[in-house]
Amino acid sequence: MSAVSVAAGRTWRRTPFIANPWLRWAMYAGALVYLVLALGSLHVNWARLADGMVRGWRFIEGFMHPNFTSRADEIAVGLQESIAMTVCATVVGIGLSIPIGIGAARNIAPRPVYYLCRGIVAVARSFQEILYAIFFVAMFGFGTFAGFLTISFATVGFLGKLLAEDIEDIDEGQVEAMRATGASWLQVLNYGIEPQVLPRLIGLSLYRFDINFRESAVVGIVGAGGIGATLNTAINRYEYDVAAAILMIIILIVLVCEYASSHVRRWVQ
Amino acid sequence: MLRVTDLAKRYRTGDEALRGVTFEVPAGQVVGLIGPSGAGKSTLIRCINRLVEPTSGAINLGDVEITNLSRAQLRKARRRIGMIFQEFALVERLSVMENVLSGRLGYVPFWRSFLRRFPGADIDKAFRLLDRVGLSEHVDKRADALSGGQRQRVGIARALEQDPELLLVDEPTASLDPKTSRQIMRLICEICAERGLAAIINIHDVALAQMFVFRIVGLRAGKVVYDGPPAGLDQVTLAAIYGEEDWTALSAKHKEDAEDAAAVSAAALVSTRAKLGVEQ
Repeated sequence: MSAVSVAAGRTWRRTPFIANPWLRWAMYAGALVYLVLALGSLHVNWARLADGMVRGWRFIEGFMHPNFTSRADEIAVGLQESIAMTVCATVVGIGLSIPIGIGAARNIAPRPVYYLCRGIVAVARSFQEILYAIFFVAMFGFGTFAGFLTISFATVGFLGKLLAEDIEDIDEGQVEAMRATGASWLQVLNYGIEPQVLPRLIGLSLYRFDINFRESAVVGIVGAGGIGATLNTAINRYEYDVAAAILMIIILIVLVCEYASSHVRRWVQ
Repeated sequence: MLRVTDLAKRYRTGDEALRGVTFEVPAGQVVGLIGPSGAGKSTLIRCINRLVEPTSGAINLGDVEITNLSRAQLRKARRRIGMIFQEFALVERLSVMENVLSGRLGYVPFWRSFLRRFPGADIDKAFRLLDRVGLSEHVDKRADALSGGQRQRVGIARALEQDPELLLVDEPTASLDPKTSRQIMRLICEICAERGLAAIINIHDVALAQMFVFRIVGLRAGKVVYDGPPAGLDQVTLAAIYGEEDWTALSAKHKEDAEDAAAVSAAALVSTRAKLGVEQ
């Protein structure tokens, strides 16, 4: 009884993440000071900003009156290139990322293969696609081939890593049961592992198709062909109405892809 | 038929799971392997088909020395050893039929298993086995659509599809309710008797083991401390296997637990009814 009455006046505070109060407040203050200084270092040119508002408004006006017709041929070619680039790069990318993803899974790959495949994935993921696009354009010249290589490579980095992580997370019991039947390595892969990772792999591949279409619009800006090249040309010519039309088409295609892929994903789960 | 000689397993963490286990299983005998958690029961049966590599000792299945086999020879040997798992270890997203047929993976080439073109005899056998375990109506259902007892029946059919000479059974009832546990144990033991199959059954439920098997091997800290008929398990031997404990008191406590559980569920029923009454 007396223990209860003693306990009544106690207080409790959550233990702070950084226990030392001096260190804690010094870090808060330091972060705040740096933020203020960093904001001060962004030179804002107010006159140029006012100028830009006018240009920005012209851009918005372009959206009010998108011009689909005057450059219809160029837009059609750009779209064809982009779609071809997306489809080819997605298929090739998936084809390459399956063996690399399997090789990069710690629980099934021998050590040397594991390090090699992890290395490939790490290289493919370490830079933004644009940097690879610039590199491939320099190597293979302007055009869709450089774009195709860029997007394939990025797909390998993305799917390879996620597939490897999925394989590392599987239920080992099913694999053990297949090994216990005397199954070969390929059979264990086909029966013990594939059914566990396939639905998510299909979902991720469709998601990657979306991303690849968007990427195909971006890599064109650095010379790798596709609708991005058409868009870049339109902006350089100050044809904001054409640019607006192209952006609208991209938005529409991305929406359609997203809707379709979410549908298929729900169906395969 | 199976002879295990001086088997030892030391894990890389330094745990000595098995320290010189020796025993023999003649053809057609069903052995219950009991012991506390961590005694090495699971390790022992996984060493027999080398899902776990033993550190030293010998395992002879018929005239084959399992510990010396190459990878290809090991696959051949594994076909002769069926395995049944605690968590069923079915391929959840495959159908019941595919799960049973996966017992043939050691026999068929990759292209057949990949295209699911198993030989007619294998398919006949699978249908017969599904009939035997009472699942002929669920052939094309996905394994994850079945109840626990049904899943374990698929597991049994898969093991038998291998035409094994020996069954390794790892806690077949630990994920099941008491009634289903008995049914599954009865099924396993009946099938072993029908086919003259030898089996090693890991089980921690001593009463269940005593009910169904004719020989018990007790394992404690990686050593065999009892090997004999179920009737020989008295206070002294149980204490040797599981450590000191008042076994009569324990079973009395079990009874109390059961009574408590019954009281709780009755109370829950009453309160649910009360709630429903309020809503109506």
